[in-house]
Amino acid sequence: MDDPTIDDGRLDQDRGTRGRVLVAKLGLDGHDRGVKVVARILRDAGFEVIYTGLRQTPHTVVAAAVDEDVDAIGLSMLSGAHLALVPPSSSCWPNGRCTYPSWSAGSSPSGISAASVRRGCRGTRTGSVGE
Amino acid sequence: MFGAAPERDHDFETMSGIPVEPVYGPDDHEHPGQYPYTRGPYASMYRSKLWTMRMFAGFGTAIDTNRRFKDILANGGDGLSTAFDLPSLMGCDSDHPMSVGEVGRCGVAVDTQADMEDLFAGIDLEHTTTSMTINAPAAPIFAMFIAAAEKAGARRGAIGGTLQNDILKEYQAQKEYVFPPRPSLRLVRDTMTFCAAEMPRWHPISVSGYHIREAGSTAAQELAFTLGNGFAYVEEGIRAGLAVDDFAPRLSFFFNAHVDFFEEIAKYRAARRIWARWMRDRYGAVRERSLQLRFHTQTAGVSLTAQQPEVNIVRTAIEALAGVIGGTQSLHTNSMDETLALPTQKAARIALRTQQVIAYETRVANVADPLGGSWYVEELTDEMERRAEAIFATILDMGDGSMLDGAVKGVEDGWYQGEIADAAYELERKLNDGRHVVVGVNRFLEGNEEPQPETLYIDDEVERMQIKRLDAVRQDRDLSAVARALDTIRADAADPEANLMPALMGASQAMATLGEMMDAMGEVFGRWDETARI
Repeated sequence: MDDPTIDDGRLDQDRGTRGRVLVAKLGLDGHDRGVKVVARILRDAGFEVIYTGLRQTPHTVVAAAVDEDVDAIGLSMLSGAHLALVPPSSSCWPNGRCTYPSWSAGSSPSGISAASVRRGCRGTRTGSVGE
Repeated sequence: MFGAAPERDHDFETMSGIPVEPVYGPDDHEHPGQYPYTRGPYASMYRSKLWTMRMFAGFGTAIDTNRRFKDILANGGDGLSTAFDLPSLMGCDSDHPMSVGEVGRCGVAVDTQADMEDLFAGIDLEHTTTSMTINAPAAPIFAMFIAAAEKAGARRGAIGGTLQNDILKEYQAQKEYVFPPRPSLRLVRDTMTFCAAEMPRWHPISVSGYHIREAGSTAAQELAFTLGNGFAYVEEGIRAGLAVDDFAPRLSFFFNAHVDFFEEIAKYRAARRIWARWMRDRYGAVRERSLQLRFHTQTAGVSLTAQQPEVNIVRTAIEALAGVIGGTQSLHTNSMDETLALPTQKAARIALRTQQVIAYETRVANVADPLGGSWYVEELTDEMERRAEAIFATILDMGDGSMLDGAVKGVEDGWYQGEIADAAYELERKLNDGRHVVVGVNRFLEGNEEPQPETLYIDDEVERMQIKRLDAVRQDRDLSAVARALDTIRADAADPEANLMPALMGASQAMATLGEMMDAMGEVFGRWDETARI
């Protein structure tokens, strides 16, 4: 995995960290290897990381993001349900569209990745999958 | 040859005609089929019977998967293995709010016995063994399966197959749990005692290291956590009053085959030896079948890459060969496109062909444990055993001398989860700084920009169709019979001495949904969630 860098002018320098990131597992999928590894590596890189735990809904993720006043959001799902879950996460924001940098990762075929991005996600990354 | 079973009708010789003995090694040394079975559970191994080529499949509706099952059988696969979708794995109906976007996507959607009947329609369940990858809702899914099979004319006692039903590794690794550990273990006990009494050809638990490894453990942790969980189920059976030799012969195992070829082979050899020793010396098992560890293998999904996916065929072939040389009883080979989606039919066929090349072209199946006596593999086998014993000591310590209580305590404290996450993080760091090489990921990147292959696309229409199907079943059932059946489940769940299997089968026949059965049990058992830790 590449060293994560978030180059975004919105990051809050006053907190003494490179920023606050929310990482979340959306939906029923419980595979949490990827999200935990990303969380630790972000922490190593100087970010403050909040992990939601498993089985979140678009509403709980948005609520956590607002409560925690985060600078960026990472969504992880290995089930390929990106299209059903990522756009609602984006539209659950009070103003109807997420303006935060957000990334989704997991098993996402390229067509789905492109569609996720169009519907409010800044980028996608495909990882490996097991049964 | 040590009471070997009759050999297959086959010329056991090298390509240039050199005759091949069933096994090599000094006469005064351990042979396959001899305690502690390091070299294999049976004397003749693949010379009497090749491993079962068992391909994991499931997607869309039951009718879609039934078609794939028949294709697998027509292409020379000789056992079925059922992948359920996430709602089914979590005991949710297809119309549950959390099921949105997940129906039929990672496996087949099963809401009621009607779906189970469609899933196995036209398949002779007395002569085709069936494996079902299901854990938290294993008992109600098993009840639906038995009821559907009997309705189709199969005799309960003649049905062979395997229920994964390994709830401990769900808390530890895969995280598809529903109820808290103790009531979940009680459900495992109920399936185990039910099978001991009624289904002699069924394996009620497939103790699974696969998911532990996929979640990031090392090979030694996979070995130790899995066997430790196996010992926990043995203690659960003994506490339920079963004689160890009455149920231990039906316990089976499921290991990962990762890409470190020799370490994997050592892991399988050590697993057999440890199991035999512990079963004999600690749990007092006497029957040979109780001591012989038999296992299914799946190649490592986590070793595959989205980059240059065709290279995954090579990784899978090497991993599958390790499983075979390690003496597996059945094998699933992953398809090259599984980092992207469920496999296409073509990709799944290549994966099966990979096993057939190993079985029929390479001639490795002519001899048992060909690496026995290799200084490297023997030392790695010993080291795997030493590391596993050290981990068992920690688990026993957590459980005040009980592997069962140690496993539950380790889950409740997040100990397993932390150990696995630490190992996953270590490997990722090695990948990041180049000490661990993955072709196409951190080296040899030319070709990564090529377009990805066509993948299987599960249309949202599947979700609509499945919900329509569920609605139709709900309309066409006797509601008072369903309510009575669910009351019986609640009553039996509240009685720790009761076996829930009969009540679950009754509810299945009344066309209660999986979600209704799980909710009825959940009212008594409560629900489980782990504390989120990074």
